[in-house]
Amino acid sequence: MAEQPTSTPLAPGPGTGPVDAISVRDVTRVYRRPRTSLRHASPPVHALRGVSFAIPQGQRFGIVGESGCGKSTLLRILAGLDRPTGGSVAIDGRDITGLRERQLKFVRERLQLVFQDPMSSLDPRMRVGDIVAEPLAAQRQGNRRERVAELLEAVGLRADAADRYPHQFSGGQRQRISIARALAPRPKIIVADEPVSALDVSVRAQVLNLIADLVDELSLTLVFVSHDLSVVRHVCDRVAVMHAGQIVETGSTEQVYEDPQHSYTRRLIAAVPTLGKALSGVSAADLNRE
Amino acid sequence: MTPVPETGPAAAAPDDVLAVRNLGVTVGGRKLVEDVDFTIRAGERVGLIGESGSGKSLTALSVMGLLPEGLRASGSVRLAGVDHDLVGADEARMSRVRGKEIAMVFQEPMTALNPTMRVGRQIAEVLLIHRTRPDRASARAAAVELLAQVGLPDPEAAAHAYPHQFSGGQRQRVVLAIALANDPALLVCDEPTTALDVTVQARVLDLVVRGVQERRSAMLFITHDLAVVATVCERVMVMYGGRLVESGPVQEVFTRPRHRYTQGLIGASDLTVVDDRGRLATIPGSVPAAGRFPAGCVFRNRCEHATDGCATRPDWVPTGPDSGYACFHPAPDGAPGTGTPTNQEAGRG
Repeated sequence: MAEQPTSTPLAPGPGTGPVDAISVRDVTRVYRRPRTSLRHASPPVHALRGVSFAIPQGQRFGIVGESGCGKSTLLRILAGLDRPTGGSVAIDGRDITGLRERQLKFVRERLQLVFQDPMSSLDPRMRVGDIVAEPLAAQRQGNRRERVAELLEAVGLRADAADRYPHQFSGGQRQRISIARALAPRPKIIVADEPVSALDVSVRAQVLNLIADLVDELSLTLVFVSHDLSVVRHVCDRVAVMHAGQIVETGSTEQVYEDPQHSYTRRLIAAVPTLGKALSGVSAADLNRE
Repeated sequence: MTPVPETGPAAAAPDDVLAVRNLGVTVGGRKLVEDVDFTIRAGERVGLIGESGSGKSLTALSVMGLLPEGLRASGSVRLAGVDHDLVGADEARMSRVRGKEIAMVFQEPMTALNPTMRVGRQIAEVLLIHRTRPDRASARAAAVELLAQVGLPDPEAAAHAYPHQFSGGQRQRVVLAIALANDPALLVCDEPTTALDVTVQARVLDLVVRGVQERRSAMLFITHDLAVVATVCERVMVMYGGRLVESGPVQEVFTRPRHRYTQGLIGASDLTVVDDRGRLATIPGSVPAAGRFPAGCVFRNRCEHATDGCATRPDWVPTGPDSGYACFHPAPDGAPGTGTPTNQEAGRG
């Protein structure tokens, strides 16, 4: 899969065709922490330091990295929830970096988010049907009841789930509700931030299968952020490894896992415990060695 | 140093450190943990795995006498070197045991530390309370030595710092230093690395294993992560619906599981194996809420091998001194740990 040149055509992309779903060019983000001293300003935090990549339509793109590497900042910028200090981001070929909130409507339609914790990302006082319909209401789309029933079915929940509240569901079911909500406005891009990290092992595989099915059926572009390399390896075609605000390595998932080039990627892969490694005698000391 | 276990009614074998017999936990009339039986010997590292609601954390809290208000433990928990049962012991007695004979490391290191106290003092405190060091000066010196043992750079400076000045992994190392301070006979770890990044997790797991090996402490390690247990422990117990459903040496349980739940769990956690449609093996349904598991076999409502007979509770089938399972339709001995269906239909009806 050849990478598209990271030029940003200004023509409003119809969503299909050769235009990249997401193109990020030399993005930086600098924060200033609150002052802790009267005499000196706090040193700036460089959350992103020149990040560039392009995701073609229909690709499953993984972003891995540890806490503080900048992956959450990057996600917020992709979703138009934060602005980069420098560089540009284009969704379907349209630059979103300079736009006002009102002008970002097309991003909200095309790109939807699924968050890690399905408890804190669902309003506990809203019925599931209203939660799933909320993006439709926000975009003034009609026929909400029908669409909600259709969405609940698509994520494997019974239609009567619409009348219940989030706390009446298990973690895996709540994540299905989040996915249904994300799919409501018929987006072409799903950005999932650690969507299975809070789930039980026996349920994680179900949700991963569901995400894979939906991405296939609806020909979605998937951006999948995780600290768990084995999950990314299963889900994604390409992966970018982030460290200290930069992408240190990018490539096809198989290539990055089988033959990591950057020392940080090697350390990351070596530190992951797996059942296979453990049963062949890899100890905790070995994981910590690299 | 590890205290030599006293022989008496408490310890069945001279090397037994922890003997849990018939442990149960109830709230109201609801059973959350039932008939849990196991023994851990000196120097042994035993894992307890289970998903949310399985009762694994309640088992650990019962051992330490830290069950939340309203929950009641029954049965017996005996610890070598302690002349009373830990179940039903009052707080005065338990506080003499905790931090000395038993120590623990929890998931969230920030809530385990006192935010207003320098970490050196927090470590020295546990030495002074249990009178294992004669005075403040020697306790302080020991605290710095412990911080060095858990690999904190510049332990002198670290002893002077407050918990908020450390990263998550460093805080967990401070908690570990406190836990190991009095050379406990038993170290209980409840998801100690779940909140940590992978490279930090590797570091902390290494330190935990080294810490208990050096002291020949027994360890009970609780997690939902099969790979972590297999890396850290020699023996594993699988818990589901408040009961132990299978136990045995790590190699055996993870390569030749007998209980259908264990088999399903191994299949579902393996992300490298997919079927011809690219799909991962799954266990149908979801984990019921605590106390809402079916009667009889707790796994039968999610098990594709379940029959009417599973409505009665399966007996524990021992397969060795520390291994066994509780299942009417076990995976055949020698079957690989995947969710592949086998010819269990014969048992139907």
